[in-house]
Amino acid sequence: MTKERDSALPRRTVLKGLGAGSALALAGGMPRYVQAQTSEPIRLGFQLHRTGIGAVYGRWYQRTTEAALKVLNEAGGINGRPVEIIFEDDGTDPKRGSEVFEKLAVQRKCDLVFGALFSHVVVGTAPRAAELRVPYLVCSEGHHVAAGLNRWTLQPGITDVRSQVISMAPWVSSNLGKKVTMIYPDYAFGFDHRDFFQEAMKAQGGEVIELIPVPPTETSFTRYLPRIPSETEVLYHVMVGPAVLTFVKELGEFYGTGAHPEIFGFIDSLEGISTESPGLEFLEGSHFWEGMPRYRQPDSTEFDAFYRKAVGVDDSGAAVGDPKDVSTYAHMFSCWETLFVIKKAMEAASYKGPDDRQAIVEAMEAMTTFADSREHPQGDKVFNGRTHQVFGHQFISKVVGGKLEVVQRTAIEDGFYPDAVDYTTMPF
Amino acid sequence: MTGGVRVWALHLAVLVALALAPLVVPPYHATNLARIMVLAVFAMGYNIAFGYTGLLSLGHALLLAAGMYATGLLVAHGGWTAGPALLAGALAGAGVAFVVGLLALRTTGAAFMIVTLMFAQAGYLTILYFGDLTRGDEGFTLAREARTLFGLDLVTDATRYSAALALFAAGLIGCLLLVRSRTGRVLVAVRENSERTRMLGYDPFRARLLALTLSGLYAGTAGAAYALLFGYVGASFATVQYSVLALLWVLLGGAGTVLGPLVGTLVMFYLVDFAGNLTDATLFVVGAALILLILFARTGLLGTLRARALAWLP
Amino acid sequence: MDLGPFLFLATLEGLVSAAVLALTAVGLGLVFGVMRVVNVAHGEFFMLGAVVAWAVTNLMPGAPALGFVAALALSPLAAALVAIAADRAILRRLDYAPEAVIVATIGLGYILQQGALSLYGPEARAVAAPFSFRIQFPWFGYSGYKLAVIVFAALVLTGVWALLTRTKIGLVMRATQWDRETATAFGIDTDRVYALVFGLGAGLAATAAVLVAPISQAHYLMGGDPLLLSFAVVIIGGLGSLRGTVIAALLIGLTDGIVGVFFAPTLGKILATLLVALVLVFRPQGLFGRKTA
Repeated sequence: MTKERDSALPRRTVLKGLGAGSALALAGGMPRYVQAQTSEPIRLGFQLHRTGIGAVYGRWYQRTTEAALKVLNEAGGINGRPVEIIFEDDGTDPKRGSEVFEKLAVQRKCDLVFGALFSHVVVGTAPRAAELRVPYLVCSEGHHVAAGLNRWTLQPGITDVRSQVISMAPWVSSNLGKKVTMIYPDYAFGFDHRDFFQEAMKAQGGEVIELIPVPPTETSFTRYLPRIPSETEVLYHVMVGPAVLTFVKELGEFYGTGAHPEIFGFIDSLEGISTESPGLEFLEGSHFWEGMPRYRQPDSTEFDAFYRKAVGVDDSGAAVGDPKDVSTYAHMFSCWETLFVIKKAMEAASYKGPDDRQAIVEAMEAMTTFADSREHPQGDKVFNGRTHQVFGHQFISKVVGGKLEVVQRTAIEDGFYPDAVDYTTMPF
Repeated sequence: MTGGVRVWALHLAVLVALALAPLVVPPYHATNLARIMVLAVFAMGYNIAFGYTGLLSLGHALLLAAGMYATGLLVAHGGWTAGPALLAGALAGAGVAFVVGLLALRTTGAAFMIVTLMFAQAGYLTILYFGDLTRGDEGFTLAREARTLFGLDLVTDATRYSAALALFAAGLIGCLLLVRSRTGRVLVAVRENSERTRMLGYDPFRARLLALTLSGLYAGTAGAAYALLFGYVGASFATVQYSVLALLWVLLGGAGTVLGPLVGTLVMFYLVDFAGNLTDATLFVVGAALILLILFARTGLLGTLRARALAWLP
Repeated sequence: MDLGPFLFLATLEGLVSAAVLALTAVGLGLVFGVMRVVNVAHGEFFMLGAVVAWAVTNLMPGAPALGFVAALALSPLAAALVAIAADRAILRRLDYAPEAVIVATIGLGYILQQGALSLYGPEARAVAAPFSFRIQFPWFGYSGYKLAVIVFAALVLTGVWALLTRTKIGLVMRATQWDRETATAFGIDTDRVYALVFGLGAGLAATAAVLVAPISQAHYLMGGDPLLLSFAVVIIGGLGSLRGTVIAALLIGLTDGIVGVFFAPTLGKILATLLVALVLVFRPQGLFGRKTA
C-alpha cells in the first residue's frame, strides 16, 4: 500500500493542469482494490498505416502516439492505471483494417481501438466496431463519422474535411478571388472538397467555374492543366499520395514566370514533404490550409512547444536531427489529442473493464469543449456529441521563402454546419 | 475404399471440421475463418477458370466487385432485401464474366491476361466515376437492419459463421461435382490440349465460356456475401490487387485441386497475421515465406501433396 | 485553351509517357520472350532504380547533372545485380516453371518493397533533373527535360536493338528464345543467358525509372502501375517484336492522352483502357506478333 502511495505522489503534482474533474474521477476510481486495479494496465489498440499508401502518415502517427503515451503514463496513466498501446499494421487497406480491428479488440483484448486516418479504412472497419461494441476513435479528417456511420465510431481528435473546407471559403473569396477552379482526386475525399467548397463559395458570393477531377491512377497532370479557364482567379488544389510533387512542378512548368491565378491548396498533398524541396519553388507565395502550423510561429503557444519537443519535431516541422524526415504535422496531433480525450472519457466513466465500453462512448458524447492545453496543443475545440465530431480552428498559411507562415486562424464557428445525424438517439 | 468414397469422405470431413471449428478455436479465429471461407469461394471460382480450364485471368477482381456492388447498391439505394440482392450479386458476377468472356476468350495465354486486366481496370475506374452513388474508394456500409437473410441476423457471429460455411460448402460440393463430371473433364481437356478437344467434337470456346461464367458466379457470390456478412462495399476490392491475390491463393494451395483455394487463402491470411506479430517488416516475412513455400512445393501445397503421396486428390 | 494547343499538349504528354513505357516494357518483354516467365517483380525493379537514383544524386557532390549521370550508370547496375542474384537463388531452382515463378516473383516484389520502405522510407522524394529549362510555346510552357527523356529513351532503345541484332550476345539470346533445347545442344550455356536476360530486363526497368524520377519522384509504391502498363505494351506489341513494343507504347500513350482531351478525365481513362483492350481482342497475336495456331 505504501508503495502505491509513493507512486501516486509525483502523479498528483503532474496532474495539476488536468482539471478537477479528472482528479476527482481518479480518486473515485481507487476504492478498495487499488493494488489489483493499478497493476492491470489499460490496453489500447492502434490501427496503424505502417505499410501501403498511408505509410508516411503511419510513421508519424506512431511517433506522435508513443510520445503522447509517455506523457500520459508519466502523469499517472488513466484512472491510476498504466496504459499500453498495441500497434498493428492495416496496410492502409479496408479489409485488413477490419481484420486488424478484430485482432486488437478480440485477440489482444484491447479496451478500445483508435488511430485510422484513411477514409476507406475507417468506413471498412466501422461496421465491425459496432458489431463488437468496441469504441472506435478515428484520427481521420474524413467527413464520414459526422455523415453517419454508427454510435461506436467517434472523431474527437481532428476537424472533418467538410468543416475545414467551409471555414476556408470566406478568406479565400475575400483575399484571393471569387472565380475558382478546383483540381481534386476523383474519389470520395475529392467529392467532399468539391461539394462543400462549392456550396460555401456560393454563400460567399463567389463561384466555382470549373471542376477538374483527376483519376487516382494518374501520375502526371500536365494534360489537365489546359482545362483551367483563363479567367480563373484562384486555383484550388488538393491531392493525396506521392504524385503531388509532380503536380506542383508541372504547374510551374505550365505557367512559368508569366501570370497565373492565385493558388490555394490543402497541405495534405505535402505532408511528409518539405516545402523547400527542389521543384516546389513555384509554390512561393501560394497559400495552404494547415490543420496545425508545421513551422513554429512567433505566436505559437507553449503547448505547441511542449508537444513539438515531446514528439521530437523541430521548428521547421521535421524530425529533430534529420531535416529530410518531415512530419505530417497538420494531421498527427489528432493521435495525441485523441489519446487524452480517451483518458478524460475513461476517467469520467470510471472505466474498469470491457463491460464499461458503452460508458466511454456516453462519456464522450457528454463532452462539449476542450481547452487549449498540453492535452490539446492544436488549440481549443468544440465537441458535438450528437454527431461525434470535433471542431477546431483552422490555419491558412502562405509560402514565404519556402516556409509556411500563418496568415489566418479561423474561428471554430466558421466550420459549423447543420447536424446530419444524432447518434445520441440511436441504439448501441 | 473406392476412389469416390474416399474423395467424398475427405471433403465432408473438411466441412465437418469447419463446422466444429468455432466450438474449439478462440472467437478471433472463428471470425477469420468466416472471412477466409467467403474469400475461398472467390478463389474456388478462380480455380475453376485457371486451375481446371487453364484461363489465367488478371481481372477477377472485376467479378468479385460486380457481385459486391450489385448487392451493395441494391440494398443501400434500391431498398432490396438481402435474399434477392444476394441472388442479384451472384448473377451479376456470372453475367459480367459471360460478357467479358465473349470478348476476352477470342484471345488465349498472355493476351487473355492483358485483356482481362484492362477490362477490370476499366471496371475499377467506373466505380470511381460513379462516385456519387458508390462513394468511390471510400465505399459505403450496409445498414445493420438490411443484413438479415431469411430471418437470420447476419450480424451475429454465430449466424455469420454458419452463413459463410453454408456458402463455402455449396461452393465446395459444386466444384467437386463439376470436376468429377463429364463437363469437368472437358474443361481439363481444353486446358491440356485445346485442338485435340476440338477434334473430339467439343467446342473449346463454349467450354471456356462456361468455365469463366461459372467462375464469375463464384466470384460474384463471394463479393455479394462479403458485402452482406461484413457490411462494407469498397473500391479496393476492384483493384488489380485482388485479381493477383486470387491467383496467388490458388497457386499457393495448388491449382487444379478442389481444396487448394481454401488452403491457399488460409495460409496467406495467417502468414500476414503472424508476420505482424513477429516484426514491423511484415512484407519481408510474407515475401520470404512465399518464396520458400514455392521452392518446396512448386505446384502449390496440395498440388505437391498430390504428386508425392495422394494421387487420388481431386 | 483552344482545341489545337490542347491536342498538341496531349500529344507531347502522350509521347513522354510512351517513351518511358517503351523502355520499361522492353525489359519485361525480353524476360517474357526469352525465359517464358512473367516477372511480377518487374515494377519493383523499376522502383528500385528510382530509389537508387535518389540515393546516388544525393550522395554525389557537385552539379545535379553529375549525380544524374552517375545514377544512370549505377541504378541499372544495382537492379541488375539484385535480379541476377534472384535468378540464381530462386528462379533457377524452380526450373523457370511459369506458375511457380509468378508466386516467387510476387514474394520477391514484397521483399523489395519492404526493403525500400525500411531503408528509404515511405515518403516521395524529388530527384533533381540534370538540367532544367522550360520551353515556352505561345499557349503554354513545357519542361525541356521531358522532351529530352524522349530522346534518351530512343537512344537506349536503339542500343537494345543493336545489342539484340548486331552482337553475338544478342544472337545467343535470340537463339535461346527460339528454342532452349537446341541452343543448349549447340553449346550455349542457357543458364548464363537466362541470368543475363533477367539482369538486363531489370536494368532496363531501372534505366526508365532514373529517367522518370526527375519528372515524378521516387516512392516505394511506384512499381505497380508501370508493371501493368508495360505488360500490356509487350503483349499488344506482339511478343518478341521490339518494333511492336515501341508502337504499342505509342498507341497506349497517345490514346490515353488524346482520348482524355474529349471526355471527363476518369471517363477518358475508362474509354482509353477499353479501346486498347479491344485492339487485343481483335488482334490476339498483338500488332506485330506472329499468329500462333
